[in-house]
Amino acid sequence: MWSASGRRLRASSANPRADQVKPPPFDYAKPASLSEALELLASDDDAKILAGGQSFVPVLNFRLASPSLLIDINGLAELGRISLVDGGLRLGAIVRYRDLEDSELVAAENPLLAHALHHIAHYQIRNRGTVGGSSSHADPSAEFPAVSALCGAEYVLQSIRGSRVLPADEFFLGALTTALEADEILTEIRFPPWPRDRRWAFEEIAPRLGDFAILGAAVLLDPGETRILVFGAGDRASRLPRAEAALRGRTLDKAAILEAAKLASEEIEPQGDIHATAEYRKAMAEVLVERCLERASGVKVVA
Amino acid sequence: MQPKPEGLDPKTFIGQPILRNEDARFLTGGGTYSDDVTRPGMLHAAILRSSHAHGLVRGIDASEALALPGVVAVYAWADIADIAQPIPIRLAPLVGLDRFPQYCLASDKVRFVGEPIALVVAESRYIAEDALNLISVDIEELPAIVDFAGASAPKSLLHDAHGTNIASAYEVQRGDVKAAFAEADYRRRETFVCQRHTGVPMETRAVIAEWDVAAQHMTVWGATKVPFPNRATLAKMLGLEDKSVDLIEVDVGGGFGIRGEFYPEDFLIPFAAKKLGRPVKWIEDRREHLLSAQHSRDVSCILEIACKSDGTILGLYAELFVDLGAYVRTVGGVVPAKAAQFVPGPYRIANVGCSVQIFLSNKTPVGTYRAPGRYESNFFRERLIDMAAHDLGIDPAEIRRRNLVLGSEMPYGIGKLVPYEPEGEYDTGDFVAAFERALQDSDWNALNARQGEDEDGWLHGTGLACFVETGGAGPKETARLVVRKEDGGINLFIGSSALGQGHETVFAQICADALGIPFKGIRVFHGSTTYLDEGYGTYASRAIVMGGSAVLNTAETLIETMKPLAAEALGFPNEALVWKAGRFETESGGSSIGLAELAAATAQEIRADGSFSSTRRTASYGTHVAHVAVDRRTGKIRLIDYYVVEDVGRIINPLIVHGQAVGGVVQGLGGAFLENLAYDENGQFLAGSFADYLMPTATDFPSIHCTSLELSRAPSNPLGAKGAGEGGTTAAGAAIGNAVSAALRKYGAEVHELPVTPSKVWSLIAQAKAAAGQ
Repeated sequence: MWSASGRRLRASSANPRADQVKPPPFDYAKPASLSEALELLASDDDAKILAGGQSFVPVLNFRLASPSLLIDINGLAELGRISLVDGGLRLGAIVRYRDLEDSELVAAENPLLAHALHHIAHYQIRNRGTVGGSSSHADPSAEFPAVSALCGAEYVLQSIRGSRVLPADEFFLGALTTALEADEILTEIRFPPWPRDRRWAFEEIAPRLGDFAILGAAVLLDPGETRILVFGAGDRASRLPRAEAALRGRTLDKAAILEAAKLASEEIEPQGDIHATAEYRKAMAEVLVERCLERASGVKVVA
Repeated sequence: MQPKPEGLDPKTFIGQPILRNEDARFLTGGGTYSDDVTRPGMLHAAILRSSHAHGLVRGIDASEALALPGVVAVYAWADIADIAQPIPIRLAPLVGLDRFPQYCLASDKVRFVGEPIALVVAESRYIAEDALNLISVDIEELPAIVDFAGASAPKSLLHDAHGTNIASAYEVQRGDVKAAFAEADYRRRETFVCQRHTGVPMETRAVIAEWDVAAQHMTVWGATKVPFPNRATLAKMLGLEDKSVDLIEVDVGGGFGIRGEFYPEDFLIPFAAKKLGRPVKWIEDRREHLLSAQHSRDVSCILEIACKSDGTILGLYAELFVDLGAYVRTVGGVVPAKAAQFVPGPYRIANVGCSVQIFLSNKTPVGTYRAPGRYESNFFRERLIDMAAHDLGIDPAEIRRRNLVLGSEMPYGIGKLVPYEPEGEYDTGDFVAAFERALQDSDWNALNARQGEDEDGWLHGTGLACFVETGGAGPKETARLVVRKEDGGINLFIGSSALGQGHETVFAQICADALGIPFKGIRVFHGSTTYLDEGYGTYASRAIVMGGSAVLNTAETLIETMKPLAAEALGFPNEALVWKAGRFETESGGSSIGLAELAAATAQEIRADGSFSSTRRTASYGTHVAHVAVDRRTGKIRLIDYYVVEDVGRIINPLIVHGQAVGGVVQGLGGAFLENLAYDENGQFLAGSFADYLMPTATDFPSIHCTSLELSRAPSNPLGAKGAGEGGTTAAGAAIGNAVSAALRKYGAEVHELPVTPSKVWSLIAQAKAAAGQ
């Protein structure tokens, strides 16, 4: 990691002030193995994990967090792998967005994720930002957690106590809140196999390309099941059960799409902020879900 | 454009697209910016800023901070109270404003989030920031004022001693507004809002101060914009003579009006350096910048227009409400006064009235940002003209054509619309010619035929906006030319400061032509108070008009100064010599002497001082055309093309003028679409990072076409130059407002408020549909 001043931080400096940084003082460690990282994390209640640092370093620089110890996991090659296991894509926690963009495996095994990458920040940030970091940060407007939730990905959490696997909807608990315990590290994200006949679409409205979404939507069309998700509308990306139910067992025609889109808008309770009102987000849920369903199904809705 | 091969015809450097002298330095990382300045034994400062919008300071305890190893000093109000002076108001002294100046640290009250409360000086910036967290400040919160309604019905007073939150209020008029409205066939009254936004230079503010005890001399790096008046302010605050203080301008990464004004830190850092006897550096971080560098705009307007049925504008009446923030800073009432003055813009409107209410709020103080006041009023007026044109069934181009001031009417008197200025005028210009050129460049007729066209759900709209910008005057500017002994080249010293505009190039171009010498041999030194005894600075697009003319005048003086020296060297009387292409020649030819030989032959340094004064402003003017498409379902706006045509009188360097125009447009579009210094109802600041305060990025607005013209030279200065720095910005909010409204015409929705965001456009459409019962 590089500090705001551009100076390299050294591990386990005897004097924490010898290497000064914009954030509040902290100790720094760069473990050589996951087990060492887990030991360190268990040993200090106020320790924090540093991955790509694209959200957390600004948080530190604004002094919104003051961890006692930063455990830098960027050296853990074991967390940096992209692989296919039992037909499903597995992403180590420190896989960077840039790695995903370059990956033919990702393009083939999760075209929705490959597409959504273009909406994630700017290339400088994608060079550093990691899937595990973004997931642990749990911004409700972030694209990767949204895609993982829609796909039904599983999150692998490890600690010295052992490991556990949570589905995305049990991992993400709210805005900037996950199921991670203080001694746990998110190590891997496992996507289920991508059905070959699956159709999908992704839509997002952001002030500028690369900004966090004002609102986003994505759909998956599988034989017998349609999944619909919006993000940026609440405290986390959520599938929309009423809208999905309205399509169950139904031919995806214009009327069905319009009904599902309307329900999508009705079943979210978004907040307003300086970029957009709550009403706007509600209205956009309808438009984006409609556009996603239209694009994924090929049914022309708007004349 | 290709750079001109140099040395072929030295008489024509002016007007050539010469690549900038400074670019190689900047582009290869060779610039010296403020943070590159490091002094031996230097300490670092950080500033504790109020996190409360409004409150009584009950106590400050810095003991824990002082105990932190590496902390050298903490200063709060009690430490400066005995010498504290308010930051003086330099410009636009509207009656009443002087009651509300800011002191450099908060005393009994804090009045905005970001107001300096204490200064920590430490061995490093990091220790200083750590120490900030250890200072405890006891603040008793008071209700915050965040809008005119709150300010004018004061449940809470910012400055109790004065019994009001209205800093100043006045009325100005030309003609007979009442009569004009009485006789009009058509009237319309609308309310418009231009949001708070400001210049965000790439380089934040910076002050590095060093006190030389032996010489009793203060040196301050990081100065820009107006170093000479700022030196006088600092000297007075420190109880020193002007000559005991020098402000040094190193390379500057942008200013846009806000950087280089006198801020609290411009006193606090030198104060600490003097007190501690060690150099002190303070570099503003980005959060501090968004919080505490001057904000701007933030003007609302109820505007009423009176027309004949043929579209002839008979009168305008504006009620302006201007939020100046918690204190009145250096530029006083420029924003409100210029917003009022430019309500009529470039049109022949005999009857104009403005009622101006300037109020205080618990927000960051307001200063000038590129096209101050003008950007706002252009938006208000151009929007209302489009509404009137639509109501009257007149084409938006035609209504403007009918009302633009004609070239034959120049100079055109604009009356006394600014209380602290004499009657104003537009000096010269052919407003209609620039307007027609913009229509031609943009293929207006074709675009106009597509107004409201629905292309796959995207609605096309094209908006026009005309403007006039007066500027390029103010206190005199000073120059000095010195002939270098070693090579006969010229060292050119200029009081104008350089914030990135390319002064090292354009002043050399002017000087090269004035002396008939090669451009290459001229070195330009700018801004610092060490170069000249007096000088002023750069603002209001005045550098070329004032500084450039000072260079011309000084070149003439230099020639006169050298003549007797040349006469002596050549053995001819003065009258026998003529200055030609950089040499004195005898009229008969035969003998001649150039700068290098003359310098070598002369014992003393050959130099000349000169200056230029003008209080007569130059009027730059032009037209913006914006072509947008609006997604009728999401409110998303695509900028398809943007055109600006501007007459700047005389172009010294077309590359630089073009860069100014394009950069100006992008800043104007930032204000039109993205930038918003938002506060909540409690005065908490909501735009403290670049994730919240959205700036245009390099890829957001790719299709900008700017044309700069030389139709009408300014009579006020020997170059004939007019301001060329603000025309790209000034009408961008107006043109975008008109283009988006044109796209939404079928709904009858009109833009009244900037920035135009997708969320707002969607609301406009939704409301219009609801009103139409759809």
